[in-house]
Amino acid sequence: MSLLIEAKDIYVKRQGKNILENVFIQINKKDFITIIGPNGAGKSMLLECLMGTFSPDSGIINKKNNLSIGYIPQNFNPDNSMPITVKRFLMLKKNFNINNLKKVSRETKISTILEKNLADLSGGELQKVLLARSLLSDPELLILDEPAQNLDIKNQLNFYNLLNNVYKSRAISILMVSHDLHMVMASTKQVICLYHHVCCSGEPQTVAKDPEFVNLFGNDMAKMMSVYQHTHDHVHSENLND
Amino acid sequence: MIEPFLIRATIAGIGVAIIAGAIGCFVVWRKMAYFGDSLAHSALLGVALGLVLGISTNLGTIIICTLFTILLIWLQQKQILATDTLLGILAHSALSIGMVTLSLLEKSVDLHSYLFGDILAVTTSEIYLIISGSLIVLVFLYHNWSSFVLTTINEKLAKAEGLNILINQLLIMFLMTIVVAVSFRIVGLLLITSLLIIPAATARQLSHSPETMAVLASFLGIIAVILGIYSSLYFDTPSGPSIVVSAVIILIAI
Repeated sequence: MSLLIEAKDIYVKRQGKNILENVFIQINKKDFITIIGPNGAGKSMLLECLMGTFSPDSGIINKKNNLSIGYIPQNFNPDNSMPITVKRFLMLKKNFNINNLKKVSRETKISTILEKNLADLSGGELQKVLLARSLLSDPELLILDEPAQNLDIKNQLNFYNLLNNVYKSRAISILMVSHDLHMVMASTKQVICLYHHVCCSGEPQTVAKDPEFVNLFGNDMAKMMSVYQHTHDHVHSENLND
Repeated sequence: MIEPFLIRATIAGIGVAIIAGAIGCFVVWRKMAYFGDSLAHSALLGVALGLVLGISTNLGTIIICTLFTILLIWLQQKQILATDTLLGILAHSALSIGMVTLSLLEKSVDLHSYLFGDILAVTTSEIYLIISGSLIVLVFLYHNWSSFVLTTINEKLAKAEGLNILINQLLIMFLMTIVVAVSFRIVGLLLITSLLIIPAATARQLSHSPETMAVLASFLGIIAVILGIYSSLYFDTPSGPSIVVSAVIILIAI
């Protein structure tokens, strides 16, 4: 197990309230971790702290030297007032390299839409483009903030399938915020349930039975988690034939 | 033989059109039209400051517009009032204080030429000012182009890739300040926004990349300025509004 990034005793205070309190998280090589939690639980804030774009009020963040992180933001809605092709958008990345672009385009299945206008893409296409962009720098860690939030169920499955392939073929680590429980159950190795503090964490099945999880999401949700767990093989294989 | 004043007007107009077109694209992309308008309104206080202190009105404008921008960002951070409310308050208080100050001055001021511009009266020293202002804007744009574009597309993505959002935002606003300061003699304070957004909006219809949109906006701006100058001479109409009318005609034609 080699450590990529770890955050200890993270505190973020806003207007007298703790957005994050005493948060501990550790990401190792080949980890696939999903953070779940209610709206306003501090999930995006935690991601920002880990990426270093936001400094917590207190706490320690240790990173592996020169850790390269790929990031997919929440709610990415390109505006039509700027004309820009997918290709040009990808080329805005620092240290851009055309061979890498070709490779990543094939990997994420966006080769046919490279000349399309960014604002004209469908939701599913847009998420694939963002995934491609995050992979351009060959990251060791991918951080995704609710990546399939605005997708219909078919596109969600496609996207998560793609993400799974990337995870397996590249042997990278993934940290994701997601509400898509079927995906959480099917692919994630570890779930962290966050509500300002880490309520519980562990394998998805274990978390679903944790009293703190039931307390936060209710009994129905916990039941749903176990249902998804049960059906996950089915969903996965159907999707591969797609 | 072309009259010297006409050559001066054409050079000044081209200089202003180039930077207004390019910066105008960011105004369109970032939805800053109201900010541009407010900046231009507050510039009247800058004119007043320039006249009171006996320094150039362009320098006075840069000082006031920079203060305006800093004050706006500071108030935005407080998150008490919405940005458009803040802009309305700041712009109109600056405009009114400027008007009151101007009316208290001993010497008479040609308010009309400040509000609607008088490109045919541009002096040689003003041309130097426009050229140097344009060079500053172009150099900054060239060096920060990718950062500006990425910040405009998505701030979170830009931030995650190591860009400083606040500095990028301030730079774009500062460049707008320079555009306002050097161009209010051309189209006037009330019409600067149109020189920023009309060529950019026209160029949007014809372009497939942010770069071509910026270059095309500058080019269309130049055509509008030249058409405006000559039609204003021919029909004896005010130059600033004539330039804007030309820009609108181009927009409709395309």
